Amino acid sequence: MKKKNLLQRTIIIAIVTVVGLYIVIGPRRRPHLRDFTWTGIKSTLRDNIHLGLDLKGGSHLVMRVKTEEFLKHLTEGNAVAAQNAAKDAGFEIKQARGEATPGNYRVILEPADSSKISEIQAAVEKKVELGDRAGWVFSSPNGQAVWTLTAAAQRTLADDATQQALKIIETRINALGVAEPTLQTHGAQSSHQILLQMPGVTDPERVKKLLAGESRLELAHVVSPPSPAPSQTYATKEEAVASLNSGGNIPANRRVLEYHERMELTTNAQNPNEAKPQKWVVVEAPAIVDGSELRNASAVPTRAGGTDEYEINFSLKKTGAEKFGAWTGANINEYMAVVLNEKVESIAFIKSQIFDSGQIEGRFTKQSAEDLALTLRSGALPAPIEYLEERTVGPSLGQDSINSGVNASLVGLGLVVLFMLFYYRGSGVNAVVALLLNMILMMAGLILFGATLTLPGIAGIILTIGMAVDSNVLIFERIREELRTGKTIPSAVDQGFGRAFITIIDTHVTTIISSLFLFVFGTGPIRGFAVTLVIGLLVNLFSAVYVSRTIFIWHLGRKQKVESLSI
Amino acid sequence: MIQVFKDVRIDWLANRRWFIAVSILLMLVGLASAIVRQATGRQAFNLGVDFKGGTVITVKFKRRPADDAIRSALVGHGVRDAIVQPVTDKNDTVLIKLPLEGQEGSETQAKVDAGRDEVRTALNTFGKEAEPKYDDVNADPNAIYKIIGTDAVGAVAGAQLRNKAIAVTLAALVGILVYIALRFEWTYGAAAVIAVFHDVLVTLGFFSIFQWEVSLTVIAALLTLVGFSVNDTIVVFDRIRENRRLHRRDSLYKITNDSINQTLSRTVITSGLVFLSVLAMVLFGGEVLRGFSLALLIGITFGTYSSVAIASPIMVWWEQRIESANRAAALSFSKPVKGGVQGTAKTSSREAVAAGAGKRSRGASRV
Repeated sequence: MKKKNLLQRTIIIAIVTVVGLYIVIGPRRRPHLRDFTWTGIKSTLRDNIHLGLDLKGGSHLVMRVKTEEFLKHLTEGNAVAAQNAAKDAGFEIKQARGEATPGNYRVILEPADSSKISEIQAAVEKKVELGDRAGWVFSSPNGQAVWTLTAAAQRTLADDATQQALKIIETRINALGVAEPTLQTHGAQSSHQILLQMPGVTDPERVKKLLAGESRLELAHVVSPPSPAPSQTYATKEEAVASLNSGGNIPANRRVLEYHERMELTTNAQNPNEAKPQKWVVVEAPAIVDGSELRNASAVPTRAGGTDEYEINFSLKKTGAEKFGAWTGANINEYMAVVLNEKVESIAFIKSQIFDSGQIEGRFTKQSAEDLALTLRSGALPAPIEYLEERTVGPSLGQDSINSGVNASLVGLGLVVLFMLFYYRGSGVNAVVALLLNMILMMAGLILFGATLTLPGIAGIILTIGMAVDSNVLIFERIREELRTGKTIPSAVDQGFGRAFITIIDTHVTTIISSLFLFVFGTGPIRGFAVTLVIGLLVNLFSAVYVSRTIFIWHLGRKQKVESLSI
Repeated sequence: MIQVFKDVRIDWLANRRWFIAVSILLMLVGLASAIVRQATGRQAFNLGVDFKGGTVITVKFKRRPADDAIRSALVGHGVRDAIVQPVTDKNDTVLIKLPLEGQEGSETQAKVDAGRDEVRTALNTFGKEAEPKYDDVNADPNAIYKIIGTDAVGAVAGAQLRNKAIAVTLAALVGILVYIALRFEWTYGAAAVIAVFHDVLVTLGFFSIFQWEVSLTVIAALLTLVGFSVNDTIVVFDRIRENRRLHRRDSLYKITNDSINQTLSRTVITSGLVFLSVLAMVLFGGEVLRGFSLALLIGITFGTYSSVAIASPIMVWWEQRIESANRAAALSFSKPVKGGVQGTAKTSSREAVAAGAGKRSRGASRV
């Protein structure tokens, strides 16, 4: 065999092994000598390899969806919609309001002419989701049109809101990259609770904040004289309310919102959410479009090349874009507010018709902008969330079961090693070396990918080890076959590797293809399985074929003429 | 050199009818178990907390027993499928999760209460529960523990996740089929995928018949056995492909038998090693991993069996059909005959091919 080839192979293998080993047992900081003692390595391993809920435990969070807030919001929205519907149909409405106390939700219209109540009812129910079918029962006490939400409908709506919240939280937690969480409903159905368990997250406070982020985005028309006059703002809330001339009340079709004007910020870029001089603006209700019409949102630096300040670009879905395009086309030079969670983030005047995209400016840091974009993308929570309980829990598989599982696996592995050494003699050493290297490199791969190891992941490792042993068995059996046909040892080794390699490629590629499906489209446990399997098999092509081959080349090259091969 | 097999000459394909009959029987028994159980209002599969939700019982102890002791107390009182999860920031508290009894979706307070009573009976082996008048277990001098919370929990893997998992796995199988079809023939791909289906169905059959608990870990085991089974099948197919190139004159029947025999020592060694490791896990891996290791053990056994006894016969049968159809087509093309006669020409030529293949292989095995 060629000496140069062997040298090159040895160097490659040495480098890969050292790098892989360092990734596994080396600390992610400047290493000290004591990191390479037994206890040091053990503690580094604990830091490097993330174990999932089933193997290590994690945090246990119980949260409640405040469905009463959802119903309140719904009631108020319906009151505005009902008023607009009645006005569109030509009825004069003195006052419209939504009444919301826990267990009691009512939409009340006070018409100027109480004799027209049944016509108003018909006009409103045609356009708005009110009426018996929607669970809102109509009555007309004291010349008012009143719709009351039935208890059954309250339950259904609240349950739906909880389910929707569960889905949104799932989207958010997946987008955040928290690996392998479990999410389930908790408590009696009427308690609207969600239980989230997640493995050791480094920053649980950030996760908590992000999950509960309401991120209700609205684009609303500002009540103001059009540009070039400056937008109308008020120094105090009272002043803003007074401008409405409605006797100190805010009518259903107006909202008075806080506004932190950007130009006047006395910032501290580190803490953009600090109290700042605030103003108030009046906007029209309902908003032009809201977050449910959002198609995408992403965080971008405010200035090209700048990295300290971020803003959020968003685009709208088709229906939202149509609404928005029609409104902006008809309201050139009017002021529009970007409202986020009941606060005005920015005000801009409409220069020309805009259809489907816009920005939220607001001096975000990179992380706050990315978090906000993420919560916007996942859709607004139907209702705010409160955390009821936070605990740390142990592994769900139980430490004792894990210990016995580990022991059993070691017994199994020991049997495999013994058999290989016994059956294939000298060549068995090849297989064992290749297997060891495979496991080191697989661990290194998992650490590089930041994967979280769970039981399904371990199943992937078991399959990898099985296929790694199989690769060696295939090669050795093939070499033996070639030897039996009377070939010389070097050519039998050559042929054996060559033939077995085709088979190994086929089995590996097939499994990698199917695992890629599982990885890309799968969730939770299925994904965990696929990650370890793909990494393990890629590594195995290197360790079982390349490394094992190199050992043979080295062995055969030591003597001028090879008479026997221990296989 | 020690060797498992030397120069084996077994006519595997001669027994294909038996193999396939046994497999169909096994699948039917499993299927029948699932259907009968479902129809009579019992559960087709014993689904765990992960799949159908259950009850979480929070217990506070004066001095917490080991998880293992709690689990064996529960098993001793018939509560088999509980998850015992200690709360690590309060070292006196344990969460015990029980699956709901009976059909999923029928979640009632009565069942939650029944679960709590079962746990209470089991925990009474450690000592008394605190009297209801005491809020805390430490306030009652005679008590050992107190159940401080009972909550229903929903499924971790709800119907949506389950359906998605099945869809993704099917997509992965299609991927396998396409790759094998590209590298070999599409009949090889189809045969491999049918064999995998067979393995999964037989394994699930065992879980239905014996009502072993199906948890998320069992799903992981099923994915693993799919991998092993496909791997085994491809090794045999690869040899068939190679031998077809080397021995162009031999029939597919003989080549398939030879290929199975040539790879037999590899099959036995690899499967045997994996079987041994998994057996170690079944024996010493503990109660919680039992479902996982049993699924693997059964799956690997049938995965190995199916690559020899299911995938190869199906592939040979299919290829022979195609071959005879082609030959019949060629015949009818060279000698155009009328409809009625054409039919008999086709069947007779297929018989001729099958007989020829059989004769040739018998001749070869005597050499």
